[in-house]
Formats: sequence, structure tokens, C-alpha cells
Amino acid sequence: MTTDRRAVLKALAATAAVLVAGAPATLAAPAAAAATDTAPAATDASAPGSWSVQTLEAFADTLVPGQRRFPGDRAVAGAVTGPGAVEAGAVAVLSSPDLPLAPWLPEVAALLDAHALAYAAARLILLPPTVPPFVGLSFTHRTGLVGELTGTDGLDRSIWQVLALLVSLAFDTAAQLDTAAAVRAGHPGLTWLDFPAPGPDGLWRFPDHSYGAALAPLHPATTPSGSPA
Amino acid sequence: MSAWTTDVLVIGSGFGGAIPAYHLAAGGARVTVLERGPRLAAADFSHSLRLGTYNRIVDVIKGDGISVIAGNCVGGGSVVYFAASLRAPAFVFERRGSLRRRLWPAALTRAALDPWYERVEEALPVTRLDWPDVSYAGGVLAAACARAGRTCNPVPVAVDTARCTDCNWMLSGCRFDAKRSLLLNYLPAAEAHGAEVLPLHEVQTLAPSPLPGHRYAATFAVLDPADYSCTGEVGTIHAKVVVLAAGAVGTPVLLQRSAPLLGGVPAAVGRYFSGNGDRVSTAVVDEQKAASLLGLSRPGGAAYAALPVGKPITAASFDHLDPTAPEFSRFTVQQIYFPPVTNVLAQAADGWFGVAKRRMRHEWTSWLTLLAMTEDDNEGSFGLPPLTGGFTRVAPGIGLGSMSFAATARTRAGWAAADAELRAVLQKDGLAEVRPWTEAVAGAVTAHPLGSCRIGDDPATSALTDQHELRGHPGLFVTDGAAVPTSLTVNPSLTIAALAERAVPAVVDRAARAGVAVTYGAPLPTG
Repeated sequence: MTTDRRAVLKALAATAAVLVAGAPATLAAPAAAAATDTAPAATDASAPGSWSVQTLEAFADTLVPGQRRFPGDRAVAGAVTGPGAVEAGAVAVLSSPDLPLAPWLPEVAALLDAHALAYAAARLILLPPTVPPFVGLSFTHRTGLVGELTGTDGLDRSIWQVLALLVSLAFDTAAQLDTAAAVRAGHPGLTWLDFPAPGPDGLWRFPDHSYGAALAPLHPATTPSGSPA
Repeated sequence: MSAWTTDVLVIGSGFGGAIPAYHLAAGGARVTVLERGPRLAAADFSHSLRLGTYNRIVDVIKGDGISVIAGNCVGGGSVVYFAASLRAPAFVFERRGSLRRRLWPAALTRAALDPWYERVEEALPVTRLDWPDVSYAGGVLAAACARAGRTCNPVPVAVDTARCTDCNWMLSGCRFDAKRSLLLNYLPAAEAHGAEVLPLHEVQTLAPSPLPGHRYAATFAVLDPADYSCTGEVGTIHAKVVVLAAGAVGTPVLLQRSAPLLGGVPAAVGRYFSGNGDRVSTAVVDEQKAASLLGLSRPGGAAYAALPVGKPITAASFDHLDPTAPEFSRFTVQQIYFPPVTNVLAQAADGWFGVAKRRMRHEWTSWLTLLAMTEDDNEGSFGLPPLTGGFTRVAPGIGLGSMSFAATARTRAGWAAADAELRAVLQKDGLAEVRPWTEAVAGAVTAHPLGSCRIGDDPATSALTDQHELRGHPGLFVTDGAAVPTSLTVNPSLTIAALAERAVPAVVDRAARAGVAVTYGAPLPTG
């Protein structure tokens, strides 16, 4: 992270968001320490395969599941066949230079892993030591935990809500790409939605857009300008 | 630090700002409009959902229990809205809410506002759509309504239908200058009369002016167009009259922050916040049933499968706007399209994420999105304001606001009535499955924030007089959605605009008494 004024202001804004949401820094500290002990790459959220990236991928895969990318893929649980949020670029969106999140991702991932540890401990689930705790949960348990984090009024609920929004934007809107180019390139999420193709100039127009017929009686009290009385 | 003077300072350039700005400038006043967002025109509006495009001009502001979608550009909400232009039904003006007494000023009835509605409909102008303008999605709602014994109407919209390409990118601003935003009527007309519109100028405080002849001083910061959380130059502008129209989420925050400087503001500032009772649901239409039950078919053979096609709002049912029905039971149901930005909020059988939700996404083009606008309880309020701006910006287009909203049983009863109606119409014989958006991700979601600084007759529950003047602060007017006393059961833009038109004579009168050479009576702007 550079120290120019813009970066400082962004960090302040992000800190304010975290403070509004609760105080994850204190919650995250032990988990972050534990995570870095076993995973040297944890501090670089954008490094493929890092502890943080695996955790964020597993979070994204819980929201919009996809098929495993390779045999032994642990972050993607393989709950379905076909594309999911990870393939659609969820981690690229989260670590996008257009967002101020990137420096915070290791901490966010560590916080999620801390929740996973607590979730597992409460249910006597044995977690494998070779992967981050959240990744060590089954798809069913990942689903249960994400439901708890977003469904109950926890101190850090805003973090998971914003993260869920961004993951979904990656799948549903190809948020890191120009939409016309993404549709033409067969972006996994836009293709899954069957998002329509643009015209040759990259713009959408729908001359065919209506059944063209009266399909219901009008309300009897409609005014001349088309409003209710 | 710069400092200058003007006759009338207008804060915000949406409906509440642009309309007074035009009339005051046309009447001879020196008018300065400060707008916190950038200025874009048709060629700048992109058909893209890449981060950094549409969210240059649209913000999602997340509060506690409610999230608001709001415009952030010259022209305000008119640039990014869906242009549905409906007058509020007459019973709305008679609403008593949970206070059990009339909430609107006695001077305001539908009949009293009708002449002002008419002016705005002419000025924008508004077009009454006919069936060939109704999108496939609107057609599905209409056909389903008819089959269930209901009525359904094409919706009047502020759109030049001859120019419209039915592209469905209204949230990104109109690329074809077909949507009749304020960029095409009131704002250029105001500028033609000398009004100065300054984009990327965010007002931070209002205070009494020390300059002789000037009543208020506004401090502002100039925002970096590449990153609105960065501020550059700061300055002060002194005005004889102020028209505050920073939006229902911006106006109360600015007044709260300014309260110590102004010697206090009415207690109703930042209270009685309404989300217009907005309640969005997603129906997944069974294509075979759309063909067999509704008899619909498109060229190419599909019955529907056209969610992203056409204007975003084209059809609505007025069947539940019965003036004799009890309060909190009346609503409009409207077909609406949101770009897949909001897909996260749709609910599958087992919730808003996971395997079933992904399967639901695969049927995205067969979704039918419905907006119910109900009678809510004005139960929202604003907490402590942030140090600067209207909210804390955490990413482009995403902010954390200080508002909170915990829906009361009355509001929830209204939502439940709308939900039941949608099920009755759309689930009949298995046509569709319909569920409201989840509240787990963003709380209640509204594009229609209202009421946070409202007009009324009772000083305890309304911050403004019926002439839109802030109580105890002569010459400080609020003319945006914040001034609207209650949810409207229709899209609010036309009512906000009509109220702004109605407020202008009082603003002109106050300006004239402050020594400004201004008269009222300019003709409507011609675009």
C-alpha cells in the first residue's frame, strides 16, 4: 500500500466501514496470527493458492457454487457442475484496484476462518490442518455458517453483506469487465444468465420488445394522463 | 479557499433543485447550483456494468435495516431513474399514519397539486404509453392480471418514445437522449438564464453569513472526479436564499451537521424517513404456462424469456388503491427491471444463495421483477452525521449511511398484503413462483427515499412549513424528496417535481424580500 493521500483516505474510509460494522481487527487478530503461522502466503490476498485466496474462493463458491477446477480442488466444493462465482472471477473483483478492499482481504479471510473455527468447535467438527478452516468445512457447513453471518445481527455482518454483493456482481455482471466484451467472450456468469448480446457498436437496442396488444382492461378510475385518481 | 456570493444557492440538481433553479434564474435572480456528482451527457453514458461505469452516477447507500439507491450526478435521480411519472392517488394526501392525524399540510390535496402535476407533465414532458410500448415483461404482468380478474395499465413515462431504443439501460443514464431527464429541460433552461451549475461541489455545512445582505454561508469541498472520497479545493458561498435539495438521504445529514452553526434545527429533521413502502419481489415465470395459460408468444417461438428487453417500467395495476380501504393496505404493483446488479437479492426456495439460487439464475430471462409501493409508517431516522458528505464512501458506488429503519407491524402488514396479491395473480395455476427480495443482504431496499425533512402543519412532526421553509430559518427551503410527508403508493418523482413547482412562488417571494430583483411567472422550459 502506497502512502499517497488517496490511499490514506481510502484506508480511512475502509477503516470507518469496519468500525461501523463492528471491530473485526480485535476478533481477527488471533486467527490472523494462527493463519500466518501455517500459511506464509496469507498476507498476499492476490497470490493464487494462498491461504486467504482459498478462503475467499470458498466463500464465493458457497454463494454461487461451481464445479471443481482440478482434481483435489478444495476451495471449490464441487456442489454442482458448470460455472460458479470462482470461475466468473470473484477474487479478481474483490482484489480489483477499483475497490479499496485489496489490502484488507487477508484480514477479512482470517476473520472468516476464525468464524469457521468457532462454528466447527461448537459442532465438534474436525477440521483438516492442511487447508484454511473455512475451506475445511463441508459445503453444507459453509452454507450454514454464511447463513448465520449474514442472517443474524453480528458485529461484522456488514462485511459479509458487502462481500456477498461483490461476489454476486462478479458472477451476475462480470463486474471487472466491459459488459459487451464480456458477453462476446463468453463470461461464465453472463452466459449462465443468457444475458443478451449487444449490437455491432457495443450497444443494446430492442426493436422487438412488445407483444403489441392490449392484454388487460384498464383501471376504470384512470385519469387522462394515465395516473390513478 | 475561495469565497463568493450569489442571490440564490441551490444545493443539489435533481428534481428538487433544478426546478427552483430554472424559475428563479428565469425570474432574474443570480442562481448558483452546487451538485456533488459529476456532469455527464448522453455520449458519456455507457452500456456497461463494469465497476467504475454506472456507479460513477449511482450510489447504493447501506444503512441499518435499509439500503437506498440514489443518483449522484448533475440532474440527480432524473438521470438514473426509470422515468415512471404517476400522480399520487388522492387518498395519499389524506393519510393519517400511526399519528392518527392528517400528515400532509391542510393546504395540500390531490386537487390542489393537480395544476402543478400538469405543469411538470408538460415540461418534462411525460408520455402516456400505449400497449405497443409495453415490454414483454409488462405484458406478462398485464396478461396475468387480466386472467386473475384484475386490471393493468400502461405506465406514463418521461420518455421520448420516438427516440427510445428500448435498450433497458436507464440506470446507466440514457445514451440516446430519449429519457427526458432534467439535463434536457429545466437545467439547460436555467443555464440559458444565467444559472451556474457546478458539478463535484459537495456542500458540507450551512451557517449564518457574516456578509451584509446575505443570510446563509455554505462551505463546500470540490471532489476528485476519479475518487469522490478525495477532496481538493474548499470554499464558501454566501447567499440571500438557500434551496436545499440534496436528496432525502443527503438533506437531513447536511442539516444535522449544520445544526450547531445554525443555532439548532427542528427536531423532525432526520426523522420520519420513509422508503416509500417499496417492496420488490422476483417471480420466475414457467414459460410453458405463459404460453398455455396466458396465450403469449414472441417472434421466434418463446412465450416470454425477455426480462432484459424493453423499458424498465411499463405496466402497473391500480386495483389496490381503493380510497375506502384501511391505511397500510393500499399499494400499486408495478413491473420493473433491474440490471443483474441486484440478482443477489432474489430468493430461491431455500434462500438467496447456494445451489437452488444458482439454478434460479439460469432462468434469469424468465424472471419477472415486481415493485410494490405500499403505505409505510415513516419509521426511519438518521443517527449522527459523518464528518463530511452524506455518508461514508467505502468503494465506488457503495457507501454506509447513518439512517436506520426497523419496519413496524403496520409497514409489514402493507408488504404482506402486496405479497399476497402477487401470489394470487402470479402463482395462479402455477404460472410463476414469486418471492420477495431477501432482507439479509441489505435490509429493505428502496430507490425512493422520502420524508426525512418533511412539510406539514404540526411543528412537532414536520421540519418544514407547508411552503417548504425550514421552521425557524427564514430563507432556507427544502424542496426534494425529503419534504414529501408520506409514502405515495406510486413512484415519487412526479410528486417531488410538482411540489418543487408549487414551492417556487414562496421562494421567489422570500428572495424578493431579501432584496433580490426577481419575479415569478416564467413560462415552462422548452427542451
